[in-house]
This record gives sequence, C-alpha cells and structure tokens, in this order.
Amino acid sequence: MNRQSLNRLTPYFFMAPAAVIMAIALFYPLLYMMFGSFRAWDPSQRLNETDFVGLANYTKLLRDEAFLESVTVTLTFAGTVVVAEMLIGVGLALLLDRKIRGMSVLRTLFILPMMIAPVVVGLVWRFMYHPTDGIFNRWLSALGLGRVDWLGDHALMSVIIADIWQWTPFIFILSLAALQSLPRTALEAARIDGATGWQQIVHIKLPLMAPVLIVTFLLRLIDAFKVLEVILVMTEGGPGLSTEILALRIARTAQEFRELGEAAAMSNYLLLLLMVLTLGMFAFTRWQEARAQRLNAVKQEEG
Amino acid sequence: MPKIRLEGLVKRFGTVEVLHSIDLTMAENEFTVLVGPSGCGKSTTLRMLAGLDTLSAGEIYIDEKPVSHLEPKDRDLAMVFQDYALYPHMNVARNMSFALRLQKRPKDEIDTKVRDVAKMLGLTEFLNRKPGELSGGQRQRVAMGRALTRDSSTFLFDEPLSNLDAKLRGQMRAELALMRQRVKKNMVYVTHDQIEAMTLADKIVVMRGGYIQQEGSPEELFKRPANKFVAGFLGSPPMNFLDVTLEEGADGFFARGDGFRIALGAELAERARRKGQSEFVMGIRPSDLNYDAQAPDDAAMDLRVSISEYIGAQSVLICKCGEATVTVEIKSETPIALGDVLRFAVRMEGVHLFDKTTEEAL
Repeated sequence: MNRQSLNRLTPYFFMAPAAVIMAIALFYPLLYMMFGSFRAWDPSQRLNETDFVGLANYTKLLRDEAFLESVTVTLTFAGTVVVAEMLIGVGLALLLDRKIRGMSVLRTLFILPMMIAPVVVGLVWRFMYHPTDGIFNRWLSALGLGRVDWLGDHALMSVIIADIWQWTPFIFILSLAALQSLPRTALEAARIDGATGWQQIVHIKLPLMAPVLIVTFLLRLIDAFKVLEVILVMTEGGPGLSTEILALRIARTAQEFRELGEAAAMSNYLLLLLMVLTLGMFAFTRWQEARAQRLNAVKQEEG
Repeated sequence: MPKIRLEGLVKRFGTVEVLHSIDLTMAENEFTVLVGPSGCGKSTTLRMLAGLDTLSAGEIYIDEKPVSHLEPKDRDLAMVFQDYALYPHMNVARNMSFALRLQKRPKDEIDTKVRDVAKMLGLTEFLNRKPGELSGGQRQRVAMGRALTRDSSTFLFDEPLSNLDAKLRGQMRAELALMRQRVKKNMVYVTHDQIEAMTLADKIVVMRGGYIQQEGSPEELFKRPANKFVAGFLGSPPMNFLDVTLEEGADGFFARGDGFRIALGAELAERARRKGQSEFVMGIRPSDLNYDAQAPDDAAMDLRVSISEYIGAQSVLICKCGEATVTVEIKSETPIALGDVLRFAVRMEGVHLFDKTTEEAL
C-alpha cells in the first residue's frame, strides 16, 4: 500500500470505532428484528429454534382489528397534535415576535414543558385529569358545570391536549428563531407596499419561514409517531383500545401476548412509515441544498 | 403632486436626541437629496417620512395634511432600500407587482404596468427570475422597478447605490438621472456621496449631527457654502482651508497667510472688515487655482509639489504652502517634477472666508 492510498484511508480509520458501535447497537438489533419478524417466535425460544413463517406475521396484522385500530389511533393522534402544535406554536411566535419587556423570561417559561421528563408530564396530567380531585373537574364543579370524564370517555382528546401542552414550545421556539432571522427591510418594504399585518404574515413571513417550518413539522411528526411514555403513564392505552398508540401496542404484543414475531413485524410497519417521512425530509433538504447551490453558481458566474 | 413639509422634527432614541428640530420644505416634483456623513440623521429623517420610525416631536405634512399618525401604506409613497429589500421568494414580476396585487387591481392592468416598467429598466428577460439569481445591479433595478410600478406621488431612496461597485454606481447614477427626467414625482434621496448629491439633486440638504447645515441648489451650495463644513463636504477634491490674517494695504484689503498675500474682492473685503476681527480661515477649491507662472504676486500662491496623483486627463497635486497642505488640480500634460515650486493664480471669485470660531461663511 503506498502512502497516497493510506492517506485516503485515514478518515475511515477514524470513523471505524463509531461504525463498529453503530453496527452493534443499531444494525444488529435492527437486522435481528427483521429476521424475527418472519418467524413464529415466543420469548421462551431462542431465535434459531423458531419456525420460519414467511410473511404470515405481516399478513395477519393487516387483518388484525386491534392493530388497525392502533394504527388509526396513532395517525389521529400524530396528525392532530402536530397540526395543532404547528398552528399554536407558529401563531404564538408571530404574536410574540416583538420587543416586549421581559421577553427572555417569557421565552424560558414557554419552553419549560419541553424540558420536563415525559413520565413526569404523564403523571402531572393524570393528576390534573383525576375525575374528582383533578384541577379541571374541581374548577368545572366550582363553576357549577358538570364533571368531564377526561381519561374515560375523552381519553384520546385528553392525551392529545397533554402532548400539545408539552410540544408546542418546540415549534414556538424554532418559529420564533426563524421569524427573527427574516430580513427586516423586506418586511419594511412590504409595509410601504401597503401590506397589512395579516398580509405581511401571509405573503412575506410564512413563505420565508417555510423551509424551517417544513423541517420542524416533519421532526415533530416523526416524534409523534413514536410517543410512548406520556400515554403509558396517563392511560396505559385505555380505556379499551382508545389511546393505544403503536408503540404501546408493540410493547404489549411482545410482553403480554408473548408474540415476538408479530411485535417485530409491527415495529417494521412503524419503521417503514417513519422511513417514508424521513426520506421525505431528506429529499426536501437535498432539494433545498441543490437550490442554494444553483443560486451560488449564479453569483459566482458574476464574479 | 403634493409638497412635503417637515416641521420641528425631533427624534430621540432613549435619552439621546439624534435629530434636533428639523424644518424643511420640499416643493412639488422636487428631487431633494439629503446628504451628510454617517450618523448625521439623514436616514432617520427619511425613515420618519416613510413612517418606518416614529416621531419624538414635530409633524410631517404631505399636501398640508399631517401624516405622522398614518401607517406607511397610507402615505402614498414608494421606497428603494439600500440592501434592495426584495422579497426573496417572489420572482421579479411578482416583486414588482406586490403592491398592486395587494390593492386588488385588475390583472391586465398589473401585467401592463409591470411590463412597461420592466421594459424601461431593461428587466424584461428577468421577469421570471428570483432575486437570488440576479446580480447586484439587476437587483437594484428591480428595487427601482418595484417603486416605479406603484405610481405613488413620492419616491424615497435610502442610499440606493451604496452597495454597488464604483463602475456600476456611476452607470446607475446616470440611469437614475435619466429616469428623473421621465418621472415627474417628489423624490427624496439619502446618500453620503456628495457626487450623487451634486449630479441628481434639484435641492441638496446638507446635514450634520442632526442639524441641517444648508439647503439649496447644487450650484448655490457649491458656490456659496454657508459654512466651512458644507464647503469642505461638497466638491472633490475637497476645498483647501488656510489660516489668514486680514491686512489693509494701500489699494484695498489682503488675506495674508504663510507664504502668500492675496488681494480680496471689494465686497468680501468689506464683509471681513465689518466683522471687526482679523483672523479668518480662507477656503479655496483646487479648481480655483490655475497653474500660471506669470500671475501677479497679489493673486497667486507659490506651492511646493510633494505628491502628484495621476487620474487621467487631470492630475491632483498635493502641495506644501509653508506648513499647510494645499491640493490643486492641473492638466496632466503640464510638465512638473516633485519638489518644484510652482506659481498658481488664485481665481478671485473662488476665495471664501470663514469665521475662525463659528466657521460661518462671511
């Protein structure tokens, strides 16, 4: 091996340790799971003792009403929280993008929910939703209104509210940062061009924030599909299957029903879904980079 | 087209007052240039006129109507920004038509208007490009076009050429002057570049430290500067300033300095005499000194050439006159050598005297 090719290999030597850890901690379990998803697998068995069943786990899931219900719950949950969080987060950012005394304190307060551990958030909301002692029902009774069975009849709505409370700040912070980096003079030009506050938002601010908003949206969506702790602590997926999101369903299938193969197949479905979203995001960033490059090329042409 | 009147305009940022009671009237269709060094308050004045900054005191009248409480969009004006402030996500056509689209004008009318202006500014082939795909000069033109499509009564320019390189700046300045002839509107133009001010303005307003120093036509300000600052600010190369003593001789008054004694015109001498003091600052522009070996003693200065800057047809000589430095302009073909002592005739009308303490012109 000559010196030149050694030089070329240097980066790979440095990356090797990380690659080994990735292989052990990520790819090995992943492949293990994929392999397992094609087998009838009980936790008491070792993987090589199991029978190969082909796509049986996958096809069975497609007919499994509980699984399909869980997918619906997950889609409803993720879709609702992300849309609501985007609307509230971006709206708050637009409202608070101005010089206010004590803004930095306010900002810190706003992001507090995000910093609390999900399990704690679940516990706090479970107490607040408590049918008799919870703060919501105590207020409602004090106002002479009837009590609401938060975690019973309206369980899905209740966990959605809790998630919105916790994750809106994430979108708020990113939107605010995006807003504050917008070109000031373009907004001034819009004011002179006759744009009202609302028109400035629709025609200038939102389109210019769009790249940040799209990435934020996808990040949140991916996260929302994987949510587990808060719901586990608040409802354990109940009542019935009303809040049983996929992550919870997978955990139960593996532990309670002892169907490791099926759980693995479920995980793969979720993985596939997240993969599509991630690829979407990746494609978007690639498209953006290509665009930036094209712009740079034009600039360089001019010298 | 309305006239614009600023009355007692004051701007404070916190406790710092940056504009001190500015009074200014701009006639109809006048091209007014606010000029001054950075920090003189010219941009602040323009932004207050635009409605982007609030007034601390005073009032702005457009067509005799007070407008300081109005939003920018209700003042009927268009503005060109220093960094162009184009909307990066809209193509050129949409940038230019933004205001009209907000006004919900008919589509045909908008299209015609945009195409007319684009043709006038040579932007037709770029209408579908985004600002990021344009060069600096093209962006500048789009910014101009966006203002022109508006048809508003007043145009504001905030240092529109200062982000361009020297050559392009000269070209755009000429185009602006051309546009000025075609578009009869109120124009208020802010710049720190005295050449832009001199070439474009109907009226120049020289500002410094939040005060107006002098206002008037370029010629007026160039020939009769109100004080030493205006005299030094306008004109390139700048005016020479020399300390002189007023002397009465047999045949009139003389300004005596280090190594020269120049006869003063009767009128100027009379004004100097009436001041009742003898120490003044004499100002003389480089272009008012002419190389002339035959000039009489009382209308000439003998200067020792220390540096010669060749700039083409003309050369700028930096010379010593006693301890003072004097700049003169001569034709480049004049045979001179560094270290030579040359005689320059002083043009009598070019001699200015300034009070030594107040710096006011006599």
